[in-house]
Amino acid sequence: MKSQVKNLCRLFALLLVLPTMAFASEGGPKLDLAPKEKFSDRAALQHGAKLFINYCLNCHSASYVRYSNLKGIGLTDDQIKDNLLFTGEKVGDLMRIAMQRDDAQVWFGAPPPDLSVIARSRGSEAGSGADWLYSYLRGFYRDPSRPTGWNNTVFDKVGMPHILWELQGDQVLEAEPAAAGGEHGGAHAAHAAPKLKLVKQGTMTPAEYDNAVGDLVAFLVYIGEPTADTRKQLGVLVLVLLSILTLLSYLLKKEFWKDVH
Amino acid sequence: MSTEAKVDNSRRNLLVATSVVGGAACVGTLVPFVISMTPSERALAAGAPVEADISKLAPGEMMTVEWRGKPVWIIRRTPEMLASLKKTDSLVSDPTSEKPMQPEYAKNDARAIKPEYLVVVGICTHLGCSPSSKFKQGAEEGMVADWAGGFICPCHGSQFDLAGRVMKSMPAPDNLPVPPHKYLSDARILIGEDDKGA
Amino acid sequence: MAAEKQVTTTGLLGWIDERFPLTVMWKQHLSEYYAPRNFNFWYFFGSLALMVLVIQIFTGIFLVMHYKPDASLNASGVPVAFASVEYIMRDVPWGWLIRYMHSTGASAFFIVVYLHMFRGMIYGSYRKPRELIWLFGVFIFLALMAEAFFGYLLPWGQMSYWGAQVIVNLFSAIPLIGDGLSIWLRGDFVVGDATLNRFFSFHVIAIPFVLAGLVVAHIIALHEVGSNNPDGIEIKKKKDPATGIPLDGIPFHPYYTVKDIVGVAVFLIIFSWIIFFAPEGGNYFIEANNFIPADPLKTPPHIAPVWYFTPFYSVLRAVTYPLFGLDAKFWGVVAMGASVLIFAFLPWLDRSPVKSIRYKGPIFKAAITIFVISFIVLGYLGLLAPTAGRTLAAQIFSVLYFAFFLLMPWYSRMDKCKPEPERVTE
Repeated sequence: MKSQVKNLCRLFALLLVLPTMAFASEGGPKLDLAPKEKFSDRAALQHGAKLFINYCLNCHSASYVRYSNLKGIGLTDDQIKDNLLFTGEKVGDLMRIAMQRDDAQVWFGAPPPDLSVIARSRGSEAGSGADWLYSYLRGFYRDPSRPTGWNNTVFDKVGMPHILWELQGDQVLEAEPAAAGGEHGGAHAAHAAPKLKLVKQGTMTPAEYDNAVGDLVAFLVYIGEPTADTRKQLGVLVLVLLSILTLLSYLLKKEFWKDVH
Repeated sequence: MSTEAKVDNSRRNLLVATSVVGGAACVGTLVPFVISMTPSERALAAGAPVEADISKLAPGEMMTVEWRGKPVWIIRRTPEMLASLKKTDSLVSDPTSEKPMQPEYAKNDARAIKPEYLVVVGICTHLGCSPSSKFKQGAEEGMVADWAGGFICPCHGSQFDLAGRVMKSMPAPDNLPVPPHKYLSDARILIGEDDKGA
Repeated sequence: MAAEKQVTTTGLLGWIDERFPLTVMWKQHLSEYYAPRNFNFWYFFGSLALMVLVIQIFTGIFLVMHYKPDASLNASGVPVAFASVEYIMRDVPWGWLIRYMHSTGASAFFIVVYLHMFRGMIYGSYRKPRELIWLFGVFIFLALMAEAFFGYLLPWGQMSYWGAQVIVNLFSAIPLIGDGLSIWLRGDFVVGDATLNRFFSFHVIAIPFVLAGLVVAHIIALHEVGSNNPDGIEIKKKKDPATGIPLDGIPFHPYYTVKDIVGVAVFLIIFSWIIFFAPEGGNYFIEANNFIPADPLKTPPHIAPVWYFTPFYSVLRAVTYPLFGLDAKFWGVVAMGASVLIFAFLPWLDRSPVKSIRYKGPIFKAAITIFVISFIVLGYLGLLAPTAGRTLAAQIFSVLYFAFFLLMPWYSRMDKCKPEPERVTE
């Protein structure tokens, strides 16, 4: 029986490893790693919330998120009311926007997606959703061939203009690596990370900008699942209780099975 | 014999211990399910306190605001209307508001924080219809003698005075409830929340 | 009538027993159901499957209180069904826990059921006299697949939508009636609101009833003939002449109830670990693309069924040749259907003189190893986008998969088996 259990464990291990191996071999756009330590850093999250409300929440809704969710990153009712709400909004309100979807369709080619679960939806073999967002928000570059004048290294032909442009400044794409065939498109994403050069600095230094984007991404991760912290804390408790139950039930089983053996 | 008793003892102890822990786990699992049926964040947000601007409310008029899906009336009472409450004292079933149909701060003659403004939930305490206002004074067929102004419920005819007090021998058992409320300023009332943290 | 009945209990229990066979059933199915004493690790998965079923029904009841099967767009332009799932995840108190229990339970159900089926295959639990238990089991598996498929549409995300689109279109492969049939199934020309509503109905009412009924039949059939065991011998052949109780049998209660509690506790540790620390199951239990609302105009770049369907999906994709004037799509669907239904024929395919792998010869051991490898490889390939090499691999392993079943009548007879013992071994 022991060897069977062992074999089964091996089988499971294999099953877990196989897909990751395959994904690694498949490639895909190289993503920069989002700074994970910010996910639990309240100051970063609060800064991210501010950026989100100032820059994103004009065109993108977060229509499952309530302003009261911001209490989960350490803000009080009054702070939310005084700093983050427009007049007439209540703390319990959802983060909706006034922009009409039909207008957005005309302006951007597609209505800007709701951002409530954006961090959860962008995960792929290439990296977590946070990594994708972190790379995306830092990957805008000038491209005169695009209607908005902007293109992006991880989202080719993106419809969204570089909304944080004033902060970051202008980036341009360095010449493609020799292997790539000149043509823009999904193609360059599959190669080594395309090189971007900052030709005109915005109001932030590159380090400051990366830091700000990190905060924003941390906040997007937070609103993706505001209950994540509760979940993990409760999980520890549940596992402890179940371990005790396992131990007791095992002893009970042994006690009863004395009759059989 | 003694060894057998010992075995049974430890078996019983383990049974009890496993049952207790297992039972606790079951109850602990049930709790989230029971709580999941309480009002959600959406319901709570919809039930959040609402503000009412009373600066444009003329004497003798009433306005209605929605709070938790229910109509809340704000009536700006004239001195005559307030005086009528003295007359109805003898006609209503609970003249001194003994039943807990209002917060402590509205347990007074006018059933209000400021006597001029009555704030009540406009839902009949009988079966939940919303009474209509009948401010015009004077005797009328079917109304309590010498009608001094108030409200009448269209469903079963319960009648209330201008402090929302129910008349004697009416289907409705209680006065109209006064919701928790407070004055943010002279012109703004917050309904659904008071300083006692209700 | 009460006089004819032998009721020995008294008090409330006696009152009930005179009117309902409570004590009789308790004895028949638990305290005097004699199970072989030599159950091993593999015998946990039957009771675990029952527990997961209970978890799914219980959490499902509470999810239905908040979920809305509605594909129309709400004020923010999000489908109501999709938004109601996020509403459960955020606004409903503890809704996230209930939803994660349900979504993790779906995958857990298949893991447990696959291991339970594998147990039956290695110990010959499908052999006479247990053919009906096995058949009921295969029907349970079919119902479970339907249940999972219908349920997967409900979150109305991109994977839900396109998964349903692909599977429903399989029916259009049927000659002549196919196109009409798939439109009838959807109730629309594409997967839409009508589809969502009927899938909801099937998922919460029809299939659960069928499942529950089949599970009862499965257990009644099992208790009629008695459980198999890792030695694959019939314990009822050796009974205590005085009591008539099998010598190698022990009462299910308390011995296997206390043992199964251990299994349940260990299972719950793994289950809870996933719920609380990895609810997305590494993108296998809840997929990233399903956090994007269904968009009928845009297929995600790579869509694959949920992991538990992928072995059969691979078989479908492996068929690339038209045959007898019918296109490859039709034969793919036939092959996929066959790869599931072929389990039902196992009782009649196996001609080995012994039941258990312990006494079967090297050929069967090799065959079942190849089968397991094929199943896993096919499942793995089904997750990936097809390439020429992968399709070839899927074809090879599909052939091996079917060979395990179809050649069984021959290799099981040729095999060099060891003699079975008289009594169960430890």
